[in-house]
Amino acid sequence: MANLQEKISLLFPTVKIEEADTLTLTLEPAQLHEVCQKLRDDSELAFDYLETIVGMDWTESLGCVYILNSTVHGHTVSIKTSTTDRENPYIPSVADLWAVAVTFEREVYDFFGIIFVGNPDMRRLFLNIDWKGYPLRKDYDDDPSLNPCSIENERQSDDTYVYTQGEDGQVIRNEKPIFAPDDFVVNIGPQHPATHGVLRFRTALDGETIKKIDVYMGYIHRGVEKLCENLTYFQTLHYMDRLDYFSAHNYHHGLCMCIEKAAGIEVPERAQYIRVIMDELSRIASHCLFIGTFCMDLGATTMLFYTLRVREQILDIMDKTCGARMTFNYDCIGGVLADLDKDFVKDVKDLLAVLPANIKEYNKIFTGNVIAKNRMTGVGVLSREDAISYGCTGPTGRASGWACDVRKTHPYSLYASMKDTLKWDEVVMDEGDSMARFKVRIAEMEQSARIIEQLIDNIPAGDYCAKVPKVLKLPKGSWWTVVEGCRGLFGVYIESDGGVNPYRLKLATPCLPLAAAVDHMTSGQKIADLITIGGSLDYIVPDMDR
Amino acid sequence: MKDQITTKSMPYEAFKDNEYIENLVGELRASGTNVLVGVLDDLINWGRSNSLWPLTFATSCCGIEFVSLGAARFDMARFGWEVARASPRQADFMMVAGTIVNRMVPVFRRLYDQLAEPKYVIACGGCAISGGPFRKSYHVAKGIEDIVPVDVFVPGCPPRPEAMIYGIMQLSRKLKVERFFGGVNRQEKVSDFEAIQKAKETTGAGE
Repeated sequence: MANLQEKISLLFPTVKIEEADTLTLTLEPAQLHEVCQKLRDDSELAFDYLETIVGMDWTESLGCVYILNSTVHGHTVSIKTSTTDRENPYIPSVADLWAVAVTFEREVYDFFGIIFVGNPDMRRLFLNIDWKGYPLRKDYDDDPSLNPCSIENERQSDDTYVYTQGEDGQVIRNEKPIFAPDDFVVNIGPQHPATHGVLRFRTALDGETIKKIDVYMGYIHRGVEKLCENLTYFQTLHYMDRLDYFSAHNYHHGLCMCIEKAAGIEVPERAQYIRVIMDELSRIASHCLFIGTFCMDLGATTMLFYTLRVREQILDIMDKTCGARMTFNYDCIGGVLADLDKDFVKDVKDLLAVLPANIKEYNKIFTGNVIAKNRMTGVGVLSREDAISYGCTGPTGRASGWACDVRKTHPYSLYASMKDTLKWDEVVMDEGDSMARFKVRIAEMEQSARIIEQLIDNIPAGDYCAKVPKVLKLPKGSWWTVVEGCRGLFGVYIESDGGVNPYRLKLATPCLPLAAAVDHMTSGQKIADLITIGGSLDYIVPDMDR
Repeated sequence: MKDQITTKSMPYEAFKDNEYIENLVGELRASGTNVLVGVLDDLINWGRSNSLWPLTFATSCCGIEFVSLGAARFDMARFGWEVARASPRQADFMMVAGTIVNRMVPVFRRLYDQLAEPKYVIACGGCAISGGPFRKSYHVAKGIEDIVPVDVFVPGCPPRPEAMIYGIMQLSRKLKVERFFGGVNRQEKVSDFEAIQKAKETTGAGE
């Protein structure tokens, strides 16, 4: 990291650099675009992947934290920028550098009212256009009479705004239509059986060909980040079950790791084993459901019954240990909440025994099927560059040839401590189409089984949870942690002011970038392929909306 | 005591304990009915209660348990509920599985209005009942009872598929004692509901 710091301070002598949890650059908004461009284009730095933009309200100023990662060198840096103007906070946009920034900046605008000058689509993302106030600001008035829950149809606009900076430095607001005047726009969703949740697409069509898709989110926006600010660290955990309900264990793992890192808590080895095994079991269960629902979308209804058979078996294993089928709330700060069930090892071995035959069956029934091949091969191709630019991680990114598995790139827990002894492969394919995304997931199930196989007999004895104080206060500072969820990189950003509640808890979920890429991937494709592409991306809408 | 099997679910006797439906039956008996009409009612209700078609309406976690309910293990087809319809015009009841947020409310209400009479609503899970763990949020409806009339509440977060089966069975029991020709009719219930809502609004929401 010292090397990186030297390199950056040579490039930007005026920028303040400090070494906190990650290397942090603090700079003025005016410098932001130039610095970001250099960070991205310099071959020794090569920060080509924008992990997230965290909106911040430091009461005296509003600002953003950009978290950048290099897919070449693997290093991470965060950039802080802020403005003291609360009425008209302007920050230059970086949407031309990273495609996903368009959506991230819209999210920050929605929550904090920060206007990004140069962003081509500066609308609200989750909330209605006539929503009063910016909910994640500290001075937000949450009086329900201001924003009543109404059964009247929501007002919507066909125009978006673009803010540009004039010659004299004045920022001008321009209206821009979303669709061309003669576009034929069809509405799909929010309640549509093949959209995997309540997501809405406004689709401009030319005959059967998709010209443009305007993705509407927020139909399940529950304001988890704001809720967490009023809860203690222990209480925030249970929301992780309800974001991406298939990666409940993985998300818990992520948030616990971030808090443990900040509080300096050592997790006993037994707990680490349990966590990793649970993560991998979740991954198998999640991919099982993906195969089932994806095939159902493509017309093969029977597959759901075959894949749910394995999923139910996994849920039974978890049910015995965690006491729930979906919202486990099992990982806790310092370890896990309860010890394993006495049948756990036996049950997992039973599962591992039947899994290969099941995967073989899935391949036999569906993967080789000529209809499936025709519907998936070459549909919705995402190139490696676009996958990085749109931040599409997880199986989607790996199907495009981007080796982005956090378990390999930023190993944590057992993936780090057993780096050399734990044998498993990261599944990467180059095609980038729906077929590749499907195959990557099937192959990942095998790899997960392989990891569990190596761990299940060697779970060490000992404590399953470390001693953690009843009242947990984190020191002042900020922390960033990433884990591999079932759909990609899940990041947790905690900023603490030294109290028992997080000052800001940002959850960077993998599904938001996936939804941001839908427009890019579908343009020029047929409307029937939208179902294939959407299904193969496997986004979970509560995860994207939070 | 250790070896005795303890069941965590509800006791079997409680399964038949339905004060609400008993009251409904009592009410119907008190008002009396024509034998011919009564038999016809029974026949129609027998058919209706055994082919309840749900509308596919899932917003979050509970929806996945609803998928499990449809699959082979819990197999709701046993009871005649398997035909989950994508169109509200073809569905009998709506299983509200998941959180309803402010932005979803108009859409949800419209779907309810599009359901053909007689229609029923099951509020499934904590979020649909009261807002659940998200009750304090700025963007979550505090229970769907304020938006549409609800017939059955199924608590849980998410409810287990067994609980959902019980919930829908409660609904079909309710259906069995309804009088299709006059009497307890849905149309009247909806107008009652709207009158209550209006009264609430004029008295300043009452809360």
